[in-house]
Amino acid sequence: MRNDLKPSRLSPRDVLRVGAVGLRARRARVVLSALGIAIGIATMVAVVGLSESSRADLMARLDRLGTNLLTAEVGEDPLGKPVKLPENAVAMVERIGPVQHATATADIDARIRRSDLVPEERTAGVSAQAARTDLLSTLGGEVAKGAWLDRAGERLPATVLGAVAADRLGIARTGETIMMNDTRVVVVGILRPIELAPTLDRVALVGFPAAERYFGFDGHPTTVFERSTDASVEDVRAILARTISPGNEASVRVSRPSDALAAKAATDEGLTALMLGLGAVALLVGGVGVANTMVISVLERRQEIGLRRSLGATRSAIRLQFLTESLLLSALGGATGALLGAAATYGFARVQGWTPVVPPWSLAGGLAATLLIGVIAGLYPAIRASRVHPTVALNAT
Amino acid sequence: MRRDPVIEPRNAAGTAPAPVTEPRDAAGTRPPPVIELRDAAKSYPGGVHALRGVNLTVEEGELVAVVGPSGSGKSTMLNIMGTLDKPTTGTVRVAGYDVSELSDSRLSALRARHIGFVFQHFHLAAGRDAVDNVADGLLYAGVPLRERRTRAREALAKVRLDHRRSHTPNELSGGEKQRVAIARALVGDPRLLLADEPTGALDTASGEIVMALLHELNASGTTICVITHDNGIADSLPRRVRFKDGEIVSDSRSGTRSGTRSDTPSGARPGTRSASRTEEAGS
Repeated sequence: MRNDLKPSRLSPRDVLRVGAVGLRARRARVVLSALGIAIGIATMVAVVGLSESSRADLMARLDRLGTNLLTAEVGEDPLGKPVKLPENAVAMVERIGPVQHATATADIDARIRRSDLVPEERTAGVSAQAARTDLLSTLGGEVAKGAWLDRAGERLPATVLGAVAADRLGIARTGETIMMNDTRVVVVGILRPIELAPTLDRVALVGFPAAERYFGFDGHPTTVFERSTDASVEDVRAILARTISPGNEASVRVSRPSDALAAKAATDEGLTALMLGLGAVALLVGGVGVANTMVISVLERRQEIGLRRSLGATRSAIRLQFLTESLLLSALGGATGALLGAAATYGFARVQGWTPVVPPWSLAGGLAATLLIGVIAGLYPAIRASRVHPTVALNAT
Repeated sequence: MRRDPVIEPRNAAGTAPAPVTEPRDAAGTRPPPVIELRDAAKSYPGGVHALRGVNLTVEEGELVAVVGPSGSGKSTMLNIMGTLDKPTTGTVRVAGYDVSELSDSRLSALRARHIGFVFQHFHLAAGRDAVDNVADGLLYAGVPLRERRTRAREALAKVRLDHRRSHTPNELSGGEKQRVAIARALVGDPRLLLADEPTGALDTASGEIVMALLHELNASGTTICVITHDNGIADSLPRRVRFKDGEIVSDSRSGTRSGTRSDTPSGARPGTRSASRTEEAGS
C-alpha cells in the first residue's frame, strides 16, 4: 500500500484558531462557564495574597519592634505567695554581657479614679504601675500626646497614661488630673499602644521615686524588660531568671513578647488553609461547569464535527480541537480569576494599610490548576466528539 | 495536470513530491477511475440493505448524477463514495485507493486532499467571512494560513464571488452561500467533487446558477458527482445513474461531453449484476 496519505498536522496557531471558533460563537455561555473557574482562582489567589500580605506586614512589624526583647515577671512561690524581685534586679540584668538595655515596672497599690467625686469603690478598670524613665525607649513605645516621664517628672505626682487607660478615664488632653488613692495626679502624657507589652496600655504610669513617696511603694520591681543582641537572646533567656532572683528562679516567668506576634501569624495559617479549601471547591465546581458546557457543545455541534471530518479532519484533530477549546475556556476563567484575585488583594491590603503581596507562585499555581482542570474537563467531551460518525453532517437536514 | 502540487502529499524525505504512481497496475496508460465500486453492499443491523451489490465506475472528468427517490440508497452511495462510510462487502476505490485498506486517519487525509463535498444546507461557519469559510477547505491538508487565504480568494473568483469575499454567511443569499460552499470544496483542487442535493435548499433561479457553475467547473476538468432526487437536474447532466431500493436500475449517457472516453461502454443498461460484471471485465 502506498504511504502518501499521511494526515497533516495542524500548526499550533491553527490549533488555537480552530479551538477558539466554538468560543467565539457562544460568548454568553463562555463567560458564564469561565466565571466558575474565575471565582475559584480568584478566591485562591486572594486568600494566598491576603495571608501573605498580612504575614509580610506582621514580619515588618516584628522587624521594626525587634525580637530581642525578653520580659521577666514575678510569679508565685510553691506556696502560692507572690514573690518579690530584688530591688537591684535591673542592675543585675544590666551586668549580663550581651544585654544592651534593661528596665522595669512595678505594680503599686493605688486606686485610680477620674476625680474625687467618684466613690472609691468605682474604679475605672485602670491600674497603677511605677516605671523607670528608660521604659519607653526600651519597649520602642511612643507618646501620642504630651511627654514621657523625665528626671523631674518621675519625682512629681505626674502620670503618663496607656492608650486604653486614657480612653477608659475619658482623658483626651494632657494637663487634666486624676485621683490615685487620695492624691491628685496630673496627666502629663498619653502613650500610643505598645505592641510588645499590651498590658501597659491599661495602666497609669508614675515614676519610681514618686511611687515611693506618694503611694508607699517599696522599690521592688514586678516586671523586668531587657534587650540584648539578637544572637544572644536564647543565652540571655537561659540565665535571666537566675540572675534576677538567685535561688528563686522557678518563680520568675521569662517570656519573649515577639513570640506572641509570631504565633498570631501561625494561627492565621489554619484559616488560610480553610479558605484555600473553599477556593478549591469553587474551582472544582467551575471545572464541572466547563465539562458540562463542553458536553453540550459537542452535542450541539455534531454537524460541525461531521463537516470537519468531511473536510479531512482526523479523529485526533477533532479531539485536539475540543480539548483546546476546553483549555482556552478554563484558561480564560483562570486568567480573569488571577486578575480579580490580585485586584482584591491590592484593594484589601490598601484598606488594611498593608503592603500588597501577590506571590508569583500563587499565580503560577492557579494557572497550572486551571490548565489541569481544562484537560480533565475537556477529555471526555473531546473523546465523544472524535467518535461522532462523519456521515452526520450529510444526513442532517 | 489540474492538481496543484502543493496539496500533494509530501513524502518522508520532504522533497518535492514526485508524480503519484497510480496504485493500479492496469496495463493501460489511462488514469485510474476516480470512483470504482465493485459489488459494493451496505447493510445495517436489523436486515436493512441500503446498497445491494453496486458496480459503478466514474472516470476522470465526468459529470454524473446519482438520482433516485429518497430511501433508494443514494445517500449511502454518497457516504461510501465520499469515504465517510465503508461498505459491508465489496470493494470501493476512490482516487485509486482501496478504501477498505485505509485506516481512519488515512481516509481523512484522502478526503482532505482528493474529495470536496458540497451539502444541501451549505454548512458554512456563521460569523466567519467567505474567505475564511473557503480557506477551511484546506485546513486539514497542511496548507499554511496565508496560502489558504490566497487560494480561497482564487476559488471565490472561480465561483464569481470575489465581490463577496468579506461577507459572512448571513449576509449572503442562498445561492451565494452554496457558491461559497462550492468554492470551499474546490479550493483544494480535489479529484472528485461530491454535491449532495446542491440545489435542494435554493430557489429555481439560484439553483440554475449553481448548476451552471457545476457544468462550467466540469468543463474545466473537475470530476463531479451530483446526488439528487430531482429528475430535472439529473436530466441536465451528461450521465445519470438511477437508484432504486439500493440497486442501480439504469446508467445512461447523453450528449458528447464524455466523448473523450468512448472506450467505456455507455448507454442505458439495466443495473443487474451480470451486466455490471461485463462492464468490469471490459474495463
